Amino acid sequence: MAKVFEGVKVLDFTWAGVGPITTKYLADYGATVVRVESKTRPCILRTTPPYKDAVPGVDRAAYFAIYSPNKYSVTINMNHPKGIELVKRLITWADVVAESFTTGVMEKWGLSYEEIKKIKPDIIMYRTNMQGHSGPCCSLPGTGVNLVGLTGFAHLCGWSDRLPSQPYGPYTDSIAPRFGAAVLIAALDYRRRTGKGQLLDMSQFEAGVNFLAPLMLDYFVNQRVADRVGNYCPYTAPHNAYRCRGQDRWCTIAVGSNDDWQSFCRVIGNPSWTGDGKFSTILGRKENELELDRLVEGWTIKHSAEEVMALMQVGGVATGIVETIQDLFQDPQLKHRNHFWVMNHKEMGPFPHLGQAAVLSETPAQPRMPSPCLGEHNEYVCREILGMPEAEFDQLLVEGVFD
Amino acid sequence: MSQLPLEGHHVLDLTDDKGFLCGRILGDLGCDVIKIEKPGGDPSRRIGPFYKDIPDPKKSLYWFAYNANKRGITLNIESEDGKEIFKKLVKKANFVIESFPPGYMDNLGLGYSSLSQINPAIILTSITPFGQTGPYSHYRASDLVEMGMCGLLYLCGDPDLPPVRISFPQAYLHGGAEAAVQTMVAHYYRETTGQGQWVDVSIQQAAFLATFNAPWFWELNQVILKRAGAWRTGLTTGVLQRQIWPCKDGYINFPVYGGALGARTNRRLAEWMDKEGMSDDFLRGIDWDTFDMGQVTQKVWSHMERLIEKFFQAHTKEELYSEALRLNIMIYPVSTAKDIAEDKQLETREYWLQVEHPELRESLTYPGAAVQASLTPIGIRRRAPLIGEHNEEIYNELGLSRGDLVILKEAGVI
Repeated sequence: MAKVFEGVKVLDFTWAGVGPITTKYLADYGATVVRVESKTRPCILRTTPPYKDAVPGVDRAAYFAIYSPNKYSVTINMNHPKGIELVKRLITWADVVAESFTTGVMEKWGLSYEEIKKIKPDIIMYRTNMQGHSGPCCSLPGTGVNLVGLTGFAHLCGWSDRLPSQPYGPYTDSIAPRFGAAVLIAALDYRRRTGKGQLLDMSQFEAGVNFLAPLMLDYFVNQRVADRVGNYCPYTAPHNAYRCRGQDRWCTIAVGSNDDWQSFCRVIGNPSWTGDGKFSTILGRKENELELDRLVEGWTIKHSAEEVMALMQVGGVATGIVETIQDLFQDPQLKHRNHFWVMNHKEMGPFPHLGQAAVLSETPAQPRMPSPCLGEHNEYVCREILGMPEAEFDQLLVEGVFD
Repeated sequence: MSQLPLEGHHVLDLTDDKGFLCGRILGDLGCDVIKIEKPGGDPSRRIGPFYKDIPDPKKSLYWFAYNANKRGITLNIESEDGKEIFKKLVKKANFVIESFPPGYMDNLGLGYSSLSQINPAIILTSITPFGQTGPYSHYRASDLVEMGMCGLLYLCGDPDLPPVRISFPQAYLHGGAEAAVQTMVAHYYRETTGQGQWVDVSIQQAAFLATFNAPWFWELNQVILKRAGAWRTGLTTGVLQRQIWPCKDGYINFPVYGGALGARTNRRLAEWMDKEGMSDDFLRGIDWDTFDMGQVTQKVWSHMERLIEKFFQAHTKEELYSEALRLNIMIYPVSTAKDIAEDKQLETREYWLQVEHPELRESLTYPGAAVQASLTPIGIRRRAPLIGEHNEEIYNELGLSRGDLVILKEAGVI
């Protein structure tokens, strides 16, 4: 099967979420991606639970492994002059240098864009951090979990009469990689045609706000400050997550048009309350939404979430199970789509890596290699990729160039 | 003179709100994107909010935001004339994006196999709730349904209330942005081989990315993570650890990290609290270099939480964030739209764009590009199209006369 990015070489200094998710697109579609890591300061994804069998270990952390199939790992001692020298040789090899440190880290190593360009004039340097590489906040440390606050998603998650809810995890880390990868691939194409590399600077804050763009327009035009409103939808009801039979089981129901409402009533057997004038119009349903929600839940609670979804979908109503993390691994649709790539990981055994969210008819993404153990490819990268003689590699090893 | 990377490429965008963002991103990268609507306008123009709260299909701010950098035509692709015109457009196009239910395009004779016969290099990107095939492929969906089925909903909200979504719909934006990347992958392949292909995007899978490592707590540890509101789930000790704190005029985001990651922040915050007389002997006695959130007991944490909460409540968001910036520590505001609009960092980086809306006789402020590219700068070159705004221009490019257009309009084709 053809590999889209066959021959594209990426030297990947990224860590945490955004960078590794971005370079995953390149790796899964055939690029050679070499992660530069450190044993002294391992990537935070390698030191975050969950671990295989709950036993901590840099090669047992799912968070790292899910984004790292098809990638190589080297551990280079960046405090050793020969470490920097080795990195510079890899830059000569690479088409793309990717990094996601706060401003100053690459510069400290003498690896600013200007310096890298001297080594490889047509290099594409992809940089991403919290707030970009200029401005008063460019060096402020933080993670995507902080950005969920700064970008406004936390304010918008939860119920109006409660504290904001923090959406799980570093939510903006799921947004930024899409914008980043699209531009990075465009830059690769541009370079292929023109021979010119360039510097890409991605602020995860700026990317995140793009997912709230209409609300920002609403503020600038109408001076409205959007608030969290639970699961309510401004122009329709019923629209919520409803409790189903079982322990903390839920389903969503989203009734849109009046036709949807008729279908919904048919599915639940047209009980008498659905004929009440209070609920026959959309304005009535919105006005009496709390009461309506209680009545809807009076029906859902008698059924399992799976039953509610099946009955409603047959009746043509948008409904779904609120899937727990256990449900996700049993979801027949995700299975059908090959959402998880099970490969034999060196330390964890058979492990479901994250696949790709699209199927390309000619060049589907392929699981070729499980996520690497920390520093697994030090020798491979030096000997096979750089063509280093064995004696030289052994010498570097002895001198402590590998971390 | 800089050039946008995809200049000279043409996109036919048939999507509704499930896929707007895909075309928007391709447009940002330089494509000429033609948004194709049904005669009378796309139903997605009814999505609010609206300019000056006037619920008019020409004034949807949702439409504005995600259809900028596109031209617009109306075309009924279900009519025979419409199909023929569409096929002519496909001949000159590089991309087609659509978000109809699976099978719809095929039934019209406009599926991938037909389009690729007209133009073998065409890339057809299909964005659907669950993908083109599989047991749920014909299920009806919405943002809320997708957020439930991708796994994020269950992980968000207060434990005593239903799982909750982000109040502004997100799932379709994940689908659209994901589709843009996958389309670019197909584009790169086409540019090197001349071969187009069909890109089949699942919104459920795209939104799944926002669950991060959570599902693997089940896979590796057989633990089901639960929603924890302003607190944090997934800690090994089971300690309820706060992430969101009330302050004087709103909320603060401050997840406490232990170890090397959190040591500087925690030490400097403790010193700052001490300086203002809001610490105690216990807090002063903590060695932050060895402090480990993974080991902390609920009793110790509750004591710390009370002190920190009191301190935050004595300060505004602005005071806390500007001092955090000075101290270089990880304390962030929970921003509202107003805070984001007034953010100094965004202002310094000239993030906001002014986009002319001649029909409104003013320019509106839009969020800027997600990526600053040194050679190929990305921005908004044109506002979103009005209904059928470029019919004459585009149909003329196709060789249709004004007389033809009158006939097609009368027949309800355009």
